[in-house]
Amino acid sequence: MSAMAVAIAVGRDVPASFVDEFVRLERLRGFEPAWLRGIRRDAFECARESGLPTTRDEEWRFTNVAPIAALSFSAAPHAAVDGEWVRPYSMAGASAAELVFVDGRYAPQLSSAAGLPRGAEAGSLAGVLDTCGALIGPHLAHSAAGSVFAALNTSLFEDGAFVQLSAGTVVEAPICLLFISTLPYRLAMVHPRVLVVAGPGSQAQVVELYVSVHPGAGLTNAFTQFLVAERAVVDHYRLQDESLHAFHIGGVEARLERGGVFASHSFTIGGALVRNDVTATLGGEGGECTLNGLYLAGGEQLVDNHTLIDHTTPLCNSHEVYRGILDGAARAVFNGKIIVRQDAQKTDARQTNRALLLSDAAQIDTKPQLEIFADDVKCTHGATVGQLDEEALFYLRARGIGRHAARGMLIRSFAGEIVDRVKVAALRARLEGMLGAWLARCEDAHSGLAGPDPDSGPPGAEPRVRPGLGGR
Amino acid sequence: MTTLLDVRDLHVRVANQEILKGIDLAVDRGQVHAIMGPNGSGKSTLANVLAGRGGYEVTGGTIAYDGRDLLALEPELRAREGLFLAFQYPVEIPGVNNAYFLRAALNSIRKHRGEPDLDAVAFMKLARERMALLEMEQGLLGRPVNEGFSGGEKKRNEIFQMAVLEPRLAVLDETDSGLDIDALRIVAHGVNSLRSPDRAFIVVTHYQRLLDYIVPDRVHVLSGGRIVRSGGKELALELEARGYGWLEEPAAEGARA
Repeated sequence: MSAMAVAIAVGRDVPASFVDEFVRLERLRGFEPAWLRGIRRDAFECARESGLPTTRDEEWRFTNVAPIAALSFSAAPHAAVDGEWVRPYSMAGASAAELVFVDGRYAPQLSSAAGLPRGAEAGSLAGVLDTCGALIGPHLAHSAAGSVFAALNTSLFEDGAFVQLSAGTVVEAPICLLFISTLPYRLAMVHPRVLVVAGPGSQAQVVELYVSVHPGAGLTNAFTQFLVAERAVVDHYRLQDESLHAFHIGGVEARLERGGVFASHSFTIGGALVRNDVTATLGGEGGECTLNGLYLAGGEQLVDNHTLIDHTTPLCNSHEVYRGILDGAARAVFNGKIIVRQDAQKTDARQTNRALLLSDAAQIDTKPQLEIFADDVKCTHGATVGQLDEEALFYLRARGIGRHAARGMLIRSFAGEIVDRVKVAALRARLEGMLGAWLARCEDAHSGLAGPDPDSGPPGAEPRVRPGLGGR
Repeated sequence: MTTLLDVRDLHVRVANQEILKGIDLAVDRGQVHAIMGPNGSGKSTLANVLAGRGGYEVTGGTIAYDGRDLLALEPELRAREGLFLAFQYPVEIPGVNNAYFLRAALNSIRKHRGEPDLDAVAFMKLARERMALLEMEQGLLGRPVNEGFSGGEKKRNEIFQMAVLEPRLAVLDETDSGLDIDALRIVAHGVNSLRSPDRAFIVVTHYQRLLDYIVPDRVHVLSGGRIVRSGGKELALELEARGYGWLEEPAAEGARA
């Protein structure tokens, strides 16, 4: 097999489990079009040559993926599909289309695209590989040049979604893509692939939801691409709430043409080890790109957000706001790179990143990275890391609001800066619910340390801590 | 029993320095007590210890509030029991809506009293009524707590909150500082309209000016961590005329009202 014949540099390769999986799929993929098999082989060779990153790679300095290499992930077995899994997450009532993927495989019986207007299509990517090869092929091939995980996704994906909007098509309600991981206690991996091609002047909102129904330690290595043609407007929402034992690698890549508008909203709640890479390339004048993100992490979670905004043409704007809330011994990484190429005059790029640490053991490494080669540009960035404002907390408590409620109020207001920007009401409501649940989990973890809350303590109980009797 | 607050021999340290060195103070229901004194005399420390702010170490003495040990209560419980501190420096809380915050506060207090929650409509009616008392812009209700408020607006917002929460003991910590004469008159009017036989006030101030408008029953002079002189409202006038210098030597008798 040609892919296997490549000489592998010493010390560099992808784990054997990935190689085994690729070989297995190669055998099963006789039915795939030749162009795709070629792309997959090329991508896999790329992946093997570079190998999984180590902390010596600048882009992975703080995120050690050794556990992914050490665990032998294998393809997810075919699961019997249970409609009940979908119910808690479904936004079918509020969406134009909802496609459900169970362990990376399209579940047509749980999916519907009935609300899409003429000119819009949404369906299984595997289902259109035969018919749309000329359109899809170049995009799939392009991604192989990206990160190792994107290349692995290209070589190993079984299915995912393909969304296409013809010129001028406006889809009012969101298009929802629901990826459900169902495997209890198994080291299974899935590589969902999403391609969204938004034609000139089209408009849509795409919501991706990644969830688990069991607390399994699977690997999701997802990759999502957007092509935003001239004057197209695409809002992307990506919510990851997988199991706290899961590994999640999520790549998002957007290319904007002249006057294209793209907004990405990334929400991370689940996962033991999470790496999100969002890359947006402004490739035509007048493009506008917004990258917002909110990540919540507790316990021993590691959440790494890397973003890259590449201004290649003049007169484009980018705005980026990321916020993180860390509790327990959670660790986070934020790396926000903005490149302004020599031709990209009159660029206006703004980036802010704030992190709120709720515990002494939580930790964040944050780094804005501006590379500016044009001389007539506005670029600003700012990063802050802090704790809950004790003065504000006391102010609220001094008005009768209990400690837990007061903390919740301040944390919600911090997260609200991002959540309030979500334009899909059903999703915003869900996020607020998830934030509430997350806070409750945090406060449970804290309650052993912080003394009883007058709201919840037994009546008449003597508070252990006496304010005014010693510095707190 | 008419005594609402009974402070006895209160000693407080901040960052290992003794700030209050044996305060005795008894405040009856329906009374207004003024605490005056030079900068650094411990006035704000006393106000903050009453409200339960962290960072203050009580090394001796007792505070009984309505017959209960106040120091054993968390700050939120003190508030729910009817103690209110008007902050010297009200805190800006971005992202928390003023109306939402105040309704949450009011309902925490109502719940503690066994009263039902006030719904949004009833709350807004009450809030508008009390805002009018303070001649406040209604728009401030929809803004984040104190964010972008002028100094005067912040102080008025404190008294507005007090008017909504209807405490039994209100401690005003230098509420007059930074207020122009019109704002001072409005704030004083707000306080005076809340005076009642069941409610007591402790007005902490550096200047006598506020006491022209809020006429106290008792005036105490705090100096060097002790109450060095107590008297009627005429004591404030005497301080205005003579300054604090003549009181530097402690003569701490008659502090208990």
